[in-house]
Amino acid sequence: MTFTLPDLPYAHDALAPYMSKETLEFHHDKHHQAYVTNGNNAIKGTEFEGKSLEEIVKGSFGKNAAVFNNAGQHYNHIHFWKWMKPNGGGTKLPGRIEKKINEDLGGFEKFKTDFAAAGAGQFGSGWAWLQVKGGKLEIAKTPNGENPLVHGAVPILGVDVWEHSYYIDYRNRRPDYLKAFVENLINWDYVDEMFGKAG
Amino acid sequence: MSSMSRRRLIIAAGSIAAATSVSSRAAFAQATAQAPAGPFKVDPLPYPTSALEPHIDAKTMEIHHDKHHQAYVTNLNGFAKDHPEIAAKPITEVLASLNSVPEAIRTGVRNNMGGHANHTMFWQIMGPNGGKPDGEVLAAIDRDLGGMEKLQADFNAAGGRVFGSGWVFVTVAKDGKLALETRPNQDSPIMDGKRALLGNDVWEHAYYLTYQNRRPDYLKAWWNTVNWKAIADRYAAAKAGTLGV
Repeated sequence: MTFTLPDLPYAHDALAPYMSKETLEFHHDKHHQAYVTNGNNAIKGTEFEGKSLEEIVKGSFGKNAAVFNNAGQHYNHIHFWKWMKPNGGGTKLPGRIEKKINEDLGGFEKFKTDFAAAGAGQFGSGWAWLQVKGGKLEIAKTPNGENPLVHGAVPILGVDVWEHSYYIDYRNRRPDYLKAFVENLINWDYVDEMFGKAG
Repeated sequence: MSSMSRRRLIIAAGSIAAATSVSSRAAFAQATAQAPAGPFKVDPLPYPTSALEPHIDAKTMEIHHDKHHQAYVTNLNGFAKDHPEIAAKPITEVLASLNSVPEAIRTGVRNNMGGHANHTMFWQIMGPNGGKPDGEVLAAIDRDLGGMEKLQADFNAAGGRVFGSGWVFVTVAKDGKLALETRPNQDSPIMDGKRALLGNDVWEHAYYLTYQNRRPDYLKAWWNTVNWKAIADRYAAAKAGTLGV
């Protein structure tokens, strides 16, 4: 399939002050667009033409860096936009997610601490994740464009810790960005939706 | 700074012996005001933060030097508390033999000592009124890298291709031979026993405030900040076997 840039599910200024209009303009309109454009160019004439995005991500990992980097980032960003919403975050989680976090991750407070620590501990560019693996919730981190799909897991929440995600708003203070993401931006309904599909 | 004292600083920068030089005394005074004491220090910038404008803005220089570089050094000093042996040898030796660093801190030392070495080099090889390459360095660029125009084109292309965070370097061997290479994150050619003659940081924090997603524009503009006098000194030190980080 040909990659196309999805519209943001909210206005560019909808996540301010936690994520500025300017950040979303560059991040969505420029960075994500570049992954779409470069991905389409890299896929042309390869075995990946005509495959689904998930098939391309899994199939190109470790085999074709140009395809993988752009496909991985396309997948990651498609979901990243939906993992956020205005007035997100908070402490009221959908019931089954809350229960599962309590069972597998030692409760919501511990989840928040460990998820932020994974994001802060990803050296260089990358992502921190809440993933389902073997029926259990886990916290993970990956470098650059990698994601849980290539490690036998399904992501249900991810936060982008490439510096372009937060440098305009937070400069070097990645932990402050992660705190704002968790407390004010996460769209738990979409996390719940992906959890339902992760089966 | 005179050519001689700059050369001394370059040579000393890889070792704790730097604490005896005048420049490093100043660095010590500044670093202790900002960070917990420890054997590793951030040297002060050898020029004002605004000196590289408009190519690199003052705010970027300030955050990059005072926050990012300082964080690597603060983390290193944290490791040195329980593992003072990482400060007992020159940085170049520790980085060239990471396998002998205790496993518990190996990745941390790789990342933070690599970041310290890379940034120490980076501040040195930039400066206002950096002049032009000449003499032995220019001859080596012509001989090994196809001339300045080709070097810049190849270096910028290589820097543009680094996916995520990393560096693009011109390395120098002891026989003076130059080569182009890229490294992810804060890895350094020193980790393979080589030396960087010069290098450019392509982490987004190096350019995002001015150039945002336009890394190629940053790579192109960066050449205006290069201090060829410092690079000539590094080249001579590399051939003499005395180049530190």
